[in-house]
Amino acid sequence: MNDAWMTVLRRDLLLALRRRSDVATTLFFFLIVSSLFPLGIGPEPAVLSSIAPGVLWVAALLAGMLSLTRLFATDFADGSLEQMLLAPQPLALLVTAKILAHWIVCGLPVVLLAPVIGLQYALPNDALLVLVLALLLGTPALSLIGAIGAALTLGVRGSGLLIALLVLPLYIPVLIFGAGAVAASQHGMSAQAHLSLLAACSLLSLVLAPMATAAALRISVE
Amino acid sequence: MNINWFKYSSPQTFYPLAGRMIPWFAWLAAVFAIVGLYISFAIAPTDFQQGEAYRIIFVHVPAAWMSMVIYIVMAGWAAFGLALNARLSAMMAQALAPTGAIFTFIALVTGSLWGKPMWGTWWVWDARLTSELILLFLYLGFIALQSSIDDTRRADRAGALLALVGVVNVPIIYFSVKWWNTLHQGSTISMGAAPKMVTTMLIGMLLMALAFWMYTIAVALMRVRCIMLERERSSEWVKQLSGANS
Repeated sequence: MNDAWMTVLRRDLLLALRRRSDVATTLFFFLIVSSLFPLGIGPEPAVLSSIAPGVLWVAALLAGMLSLTRLFATDFADGSLEQMLLAPQPLALLVTAKILAHWIVCGLPVVLLAPVIGLQYALPNDALLVLVLALLLGTPALSLIGAIGAALTLGVRGSGLLIALLVLPLYIPVLIFGAGAVAASQHGMSAQAHLSLLAACSLLSLVLAPMATAAALRISVE
Repeated sequence: MNINWFKYSSPQTFYPLAGRMIPWFAWLAAVFAIVGLYISFAIAPTDFQQGEAYRIIFVHVPAAWMSMVIYIVMAGWAAFGLALNARLSAMMAQALAPTGAIFTFIALVTGSLWGKPMWGTWWVWDARLTSELILLFLYLGFIALQSSIDDTRRADRAGALLALVGVVNVPIIYFSVKWWNTLHQGSTISMGAAPKMVTTMLIGMLLMALAFWMYTIAVALMRVRCIMLERERSSEWVKQLSGANS
């Protein structure tokens, strides 16, 4: 079982490594979206640092969503998804490997890039640290919940827009706690409550989302 | 004793039953609405703080209740359909979704109409308003997913799964919005505890809620009849029906 899991993970990471432009698109999207806001709002550091938590989190949300359509689509197109469905290993488990790969490819770079952009928004150092922590705890939930949407819209026309409609409302708690953590540390409060809730969101979706994704894949592929 | 619990779970037998039930629920809805509106507008006393403007709650509160109840009922039918593979359950879920979305919309619009004279703004990011808005998004997502999949069987099951995911998320979203709201306490004016209500006001509101219930059932049955005909159009009983009508 571990073998199959590792194989899927390694395969997805290798595929991502061979198609580097996919990863780069996500990162550039995150970079561009978060650079547009200062241009639209104005360069005052006080304003920027007050909107920074929300803007950075929304940009991370959108960047993660952008790459979701590719999560199962290429496997569906070349038939390897059907093999995963037929495999003796539980589908929910194999799905977690794919989601983990998605997070490493699309979530982790955003987490690492975020403090650099946070500097542009005049965030103080401890807020930057909380931002990284919050993204680290919260972005797995985004990949997990997003996988359900990706599985449901597999092969559906207009799936790119549809996935936004399905997934974004479900992202709201993560957005609230994630941005709340950074805002709390900006105001000199402890961000611990928000970070705990973020971790809870991620753990809960780790339990439920793979099963829902597996069920959705069976519905979509049958 | 041998009861066939699933007698009405096939479209063929449910279609005429639904047709017979619709007038009852429609008339009940009309009667409850007329009595309820009479009580709300003529009998219920004017609120000493809010004046006449408070009377919109007779539409607003039942609509908000229905918006939440319908989502739960819809998810229930969806789960039933997914578990037992019953076609009719999925059709019921599909038939309920537009009504739920409309009630959510009505609750939002009447809320903002009430907010303008009371709070001085059309919209505040109050916890209830925000979660109602998100509920509208959930309804729209369900409708959009179902209508964008051509294969009805897949559309039913995908929609059902989405409704279930939504129902798990609703409390999480509600509490996150609530905590978010209390942390960002600023210009927000909370509705606070509901003021003590005069009995006639309460009766008017309950009657309106009953009217909305009956309306929902009647409209959902009408819609499910249309869905049944559309989906079963190639089956024998629909052909007989249309042959008899023409």
